[in-house]
Amino acid sequence: MALTSDRGWQFRQPSVIPGFGLALGVTLSWLTLIVLIPLSGLAWRSSSLGWQTFWSLAADPRTVHALWISFGCAFLAALVNVVFGVLLAWVLVRYRFPGRRIIDAMVDLPFALPTAVAGIALTTLYAPNGWIGAHLAPLGIKIAFTPWGIVMALIFVGLPFVVRTVQPIMEEIDREVEEAAATLGANRFQTVSRILLPGLLPAVLTGFALALARGVGEYGSVIFIAGNLPYVSEIAPLLIVIRLEEFNYPAATAIAALMLMISFAMLLVINLIQAWSRRRYGYGA
Amino acid sequence: MALDASLSAADAPASSNVRAATTESRAARVVIIGLSLLFVALFLVAPLVVVFTEAFRNGTEEFLSALSDPDTFSAIQLTLLVAGISVPLNLVFGIAASWAIAKFEFKGKAFLTTLIDLPFSVSPVVSGLIFVLLFSSHSLLGPWLQSHGIKILFAVPGIVLATVFVTFPFVARELIPLMQEQGTSDEEAALSLGASGWQTFWYVTLPNIRWGLLYGVLLCNARAMGEFGAVSVVSGHIRGVTNTMPLQVEILYNEYSFVAAFAVAALLALLALVTLVIKSLLELRYSAQIAASRRH
Repeated sequence: MALTSDRGWQFRQPSVIPGFGLALGVTLSWLTLIVLIPLSGLAWRSSSLGWQTFWSLAADPRTVHALWISFGCAFLAALVNVVFGVLLAWVLVRYRFPGRRIIDAMVDLPFALPTAVAGIALTTLYAPNGWIGAHLAPLGIKIAFTPWGIVMALIFVGLPFVVRTVQPIMEEIDREVEEAAATLGANRFQTVSRILLPGLLPAVLTGFALALARGVGEYGSVIFIAGNLPYVSEIAPLLIVIRLEEFNYPAATAIAALMLMISFAMLLVINLIQAWSRRRYGYGA
Repeated sequence: MALDASLSAADAPASSNVRAATTESRAARVVIIGLSLLFVALFLVAPLVVVFTEAFRNGTEEFLSALSDPDTFSAIQLTLLVAGISVPLNLVFGIAASWAIAKFEFKGKAFLTTLIDLPFSVSPVVSGLIFVLLFSSHSLLGPWLQSHGIKILFAVPGIVLATVFVTFPFVARELIPLMQEQGTSDEEAALSLGASGWQTFWYVTLPNIRWGLLYGVLLCNARAMGEFGAVSVVSGHIRGVTNTMPLQVEILYNEYSFVAAFAVAALLALLALVTLVIKSLLELRYSAQIAASRRH
């Protein structure tokens, strides 16, 4: 019976389940109203600035510095999170010790704790008279109110992204691969560094990308600890807020558009690396 | 066994254990666990502990009196109101979206899923900015709204809109994979036995997805109550009127009323802890449910 197959192009495959029109209708209208119209408003506003204006706003040294600080600190924090996130995922997947479940639950704390709360807590910890800051001050190390404070806050918000992307993939690793490596004479370090870690690379890159993207846009936890000195520790989202408070909407729009463009370009590059590494190493890709 | 002996010798001379081939030596394990525990203590536990110790620094009495401040009280009310509006809206949306995406095959599905995730990749500040651009007096809509006396920006509707935007994907994201995994056979059976579409949804689909739904709502609610960046841009920081709890934390902190700031922060941290506990409990139960649905 060729009843359905020669209908040619179909928007959807036939199904006895009802409610497609209603469900898709609600989805599309809500999506358009809440997400698509506001976001295209930003695109329209920034394109109506004109190339010349946009470029002069983007090349403003304070904007350039803010973007550098945002992307640089987010990059550093994502790197730290890759190291400790993979380590933490390994500990949670492979080892059994008292309190493991609590640690596992705690990893999601940065998702659940409001960013403003994280911000004032970290500032209190790392301020020169804080619990941790007081021990670092005699060594000449200042964290709060410097760019290092930004990195600390971004490590906090980005950690779960790495752990939660790497952990499920780690759980799927077949123990036989390690046994094979061991019987072929590899020592443990070789097995881990040459067999296990390369296979985790796609997941690690995804986690890195997510932590980076979150870090670039982060605002609440950073503004308390950063010190917010223009050209030194002022992040791009804060500069958007400052421009908005000055009612300088064109500048705010231009910075926002730039941030989105750079983020998308970076995510594109990371996606390409990821596709490449998945072809080369990935587990069950 | 000469092979084992030579392997563990190459691996870790200290132990002559056969298991050493597929796990690390005891010393390495202790170092790795110690390092990760130190990291967790420094970055996750310490901030949480600081919030509560600072809030109770001058005793319970001052903590309570900080919370009974009228501006703080109205911030708590506003936060509950905003979450109370935006979470149900996204709940309905999430169910509709996952019904359409998980139960049907249609063109452009992957693209639609990407669009739903879009708010996660936008900076909170930019999420607020887009609503400022849409509704400010310089915008297309602004003058019309002004002449009709409708206030969206620097008022509750704007805060709700920004919150709905940032929490948009939470419920849909939890439900889509769950419903895809459960397939359509239960619904088809119900329909073939004469149930109507709504009956099928209420008595078959909803019980199947209830824990996943609760999980999504929980995360959505935590974010809705805790959102700072987006709300801060659209709220206008009018004391006692458009300040949510996170914004009240900022204001009190910047005024050096640290105990009061940490008192409000402690309430939010408590919310986060409760969220984490329920989430962990659900994960225990919810993963078992998924395992059950995989079996048949």
